[in-house]
Amino acid sequence: MARLATATAVVLGLLSARPPVHLFAQSLRVPYQTFTLPNGLQVIVHEDHSVPVVAVNTWYHVGSSDEKPGRTGFAHLFEHIMFMGSQHVPTGAFDRLLEAAGADNNGSTTEDRTNYYEDGPANALPLMLYLDADRMGFLLPEMTADKVDLQRGVVQNERRQSYENRPYGLAEENILERLYPANHPYHWPVIGSMADLQAATLDDVRQFFQTYYTPSNASLAIAGDITARDARQLVERYFGAIPRGPAVTRTPPPPAQLAGAVGAVLEDRVQLPRVYDAWHTVKAFSADDATLDVLANVLAGGRSSRLYRRLVYELQIATDVVAFQDGGRIDGKFEVYATARPGHDLGELQRVIDEELRKLADRGPTPREVERAQNTVEAQFLSRMERVGGFGGKADQLNFYNYFVGTPDYFQKDLARYARVTPAAVQRAVQTYVTGAHRVVLSVVPQGKPELGVRP
Amino acid sequence: MTADGRTGGLAVGVGRASLALAVAAALLTTGPPDRLSAQVDRTKPPALPPPPALKLPAVQTTTLPNGLTLAVVEMHKVPVVDVQLLVDAGAARDPSAAPGLATFTATMLQQGAGARSALDVADEAAFLGAQLNTAASFDAASASIHVPKRRLDGALDLLADVVLRPSFADSEVARQRQLRAAQLVQQRDEPVAVANVVFPAIVYGPEHPYGHPLNGTDSATARLARERVVEFYRSYYRPNGGRILIVGDVTLAEARRLVTARFGGWERGDVPAFPSAPAPASAARTVYLIDKPGAAQSVIRIGHVGPVRTTPDWFALEVLNTIVGGAFTSRLNQNLRETHGYTYGAFSQFAPRRLTGAFVALASVVTAKTDSSLIEFLKELRRVRDEAVGLPELSKAKAYLTLGLPGDFETTGGAAARFRELLTFGLPLDYYDRYVDRINAVTATDVQRVARQYIDPDHFDIVVVGDKSQIEAGIRALNEGPIAYRDLWGQEIR
Repeated sequence: MARLATATAVVLGLLSARPPVHLFAQSLRVPYQTFTLPNGLQVIVHEDHSVPVVAVNTWYHVGSSDEKPGRTGFAHLFEHIMFMGSQHVPTGAFDRLLEAAGADNNGSTTEDRTNYYEDGPANALPLMLYLDADRMGFLLPEMTADKVDLQRGVVQNERRQSYENRPYGLAEENILERLYPANHPYHWPVIGSMADLQAATLDDVRQFFQTYYTPSNASLAIAGDITARDARQLVERYFGAIPRGPAVTRTPPPPAQLAGAVGAVLEDRVQLPRVYDAWHTVKAFSADDATLDVLANVLAGGRSSRLYRRLVYELQIATDVVAFQDGGRIDGKFEVYATARPGHDLGELQRVIDEELRKLADRGPTPREVERAQNTVEAQFLSRMERVGGFGGKADQLNFYNYFVGTPDYFQKDLARYARVTPAAVQRAVQTYVTGAHRVVLSVVPQGKPELGVRP
Repeated sequence: MTADGRTGGLAVGVGRASLALAVAAALLTTGPPDRLSAQVDRTKPPALPPPPALKLPAVQTTTLPNGLTLAVVEMHKVPVVDVQLLVDAGAARDPSAAPGLATFTATMLQQGAGARSALDVADEAAFLGAQLNTAASFDAASASIHVPKRRLDGALDLLADVVLRPSFADSEVARQRQLRAAQLVQQRDEPVAVANVVFPAIVYGPEHPYGHPLNGTDSATARLARERVVEFYRSYYRPNGGRILIVGDVTLAEARRLVTARFGGWERGDVPAFPSAPAPASAARTVYLIDKPGAAQSVIRIGHVGPVRTTPDWFALEVLNTIVGGAFTSRLNQNLRETHGYTYGAFSQFAPRRLTGAFVALASVVTAKTDSSLIEFLKELRRVRDEAVGLPELSKAKAYLTLGLPGDFETTGGAAARFRELLTFGLPLDYYDRYVDRINAVTATDVQRVARQYIDPDHFDIVVVGDKSQIEAGIRALNEGPIAYRDLWGQEIR
């Protein structure tokens, strides 16, 4: 009975000429003002007076994909160095001053960008801008090799804590180096290699700063219980005198294609083997990006998803399964991974994963599966509207959309991308991108047991 | 995108943010250019205007005839609702022969309920765009759902099924038992997870209600059976003593109607009193070494038992902890990370508990600096007892706690977490109205007094999960107490 209902639904889905009208409860709008200083710094201001807090969020348009050979991990190391003080702000004062004002701060680096935020009570805005301006305009006069050494040690410990000492933690870098050719900017992980981190010099810091940490290569979003007028005056006061930097030029990345299936085995301090499948897909916001997000949800979003149901619930051969589309500025990838239960091998898991992908390629998902994914996405969008600050809050999102699509308030349009996804589109995406012939298949196995790896 | 952050590990503080949906864009007139910009004085940080007045969302409560307390916090900015149902069914109530039963029962709530199968429950939650969670800590069990307002009805129907009508089918019990057994295998590969099991096992010991692993052991998992789960559920999942907290785009009247319709018929029961147990005696300082050959870092936990959450000293303890290890500029992180580079982050916490709490200082440090890190930990934890804290540091800690407070109430989830703590520990619901005054009243003398009373280096249990062959000699040379060897469960190695 259930099977029949599913089949009928699929037919209906395929027949409908247009995507079903999907009305969301209300439109998502984040009204903003934007202006650009003469030195090229773009500023985005969003007033939200619901809570007396303010969020300052800075994006520098530089990430690990801009690193030079032999200096992997440098963009992220540099992010750490940005907290070590500047000409008018002694080492340690950045954090002390903010905490004494009741504010928090953090930063993060990806392949494509580096962001920084300060969140706190609304009256702390002048302090936040003063501190951010000082490190944008006056970082180098007080820069020393000791500061670089200190944060080098911290970042090497971050690599140990988050990658080396975490089970399966080195899987991702092993996938990237096989998915992308050596001269492709996504070939290496954001955290970089220990050797390259060790090699970074004070001179690298100077060069990187002068090339990328300029007002014309950054955007500043301010959101919260402030007025745009005050925000503008403060921004002009603190950032206005910082000189414009040279234009950033990038060479187009080489093509990233896999000639065929690539297999690899990584031995790790784990008891249960895990298999990763990775495919090239599309970059962020290109035509099939949202469709692939929906596919990931159909495959492994929650316990009623296809792979969870087969692998974990019915067959009970895996402990977990994860799928995601990861669209970046230059390229995208799709990944599926699953961990075997004791007594089961990766071959069993891989067969089921391939079977489920084949079913989707042959018949597509049901309309309900797609709607379920859309509802999940919509709820995530709504919850994101609750915060002005932090990673993923409104200020960060305004910068994200501004950099990736050129429109800060892209919330509703972004959500609409998901509302337009159809079962047929998901089916086409599986057929186009997620096939057995062109992928990296990485097996992570217990040490001394490479034979537990699966063949691609 | 893979993001590598500046800080990670233990979350410090809570995200702050606010929101405005479809707020009309006020067209902002741009003022004249700031004529002072050329002469801006960068030599000192700007003087700030006074902080905004504290205005926290109010909590309203009512009690249903069956004893279920309803607490509502209206937040109408975004059409989302966060619902947290708390029952007095935490893991402190695990029978001694069945460690892990409370968390297992909470897991089983979702594996079929009412007319829904296990897969139906998951499918419905996802279809509603709802995050459904059922879990147990030592002090309480909870079922929560976070959902867009327009799907609240369906979400509450699902929540009511899960809490009031769980099926506990034999086949589903067997399925979850198998899954948990496999997860316990995985847990042993994760050094941080191992430390989180070992530390409480040693601090509380096997006789204390907090002394067993939250998710049980291999042998106890193998014995989990339907009868045990049903018995636990019948005893403790009752409305009297239960609380339902609803935060978000609802009114009290609306919430009352929605909750009464679904939970009004929930039958009272004779819920046994929460276990009471004296604080376990602390042994002389000992280093417990758990071997993880090849580990790139040593995972360190240092501490001992601590006060109950309801102690009047809690405000002074919050200030103390902010000075020692609760924020980025706290002493432990400044020393171990920003001065020495031994770690990505070092922190401390007074764990809030109904019974005996715990103090813990923690970090993951590079293997070669394990002994050096222990020296710095002990130095800082002794110093905060021996020396009175200076005024700038005291003021910074108090400002961080009080001025940051509004941001903790910005989101429905953030506000729910704050109010949930009050409900879990029976604290007055107007607690945060007095919070700022209470924190501001804490003096340097208070800080030193609670440091001496609640941080006791002579009785530290020091847990180190790392590569024994690399770190043992260095630790021994510290002469900070005997070394004891424990397995991945914190048990003596025979």
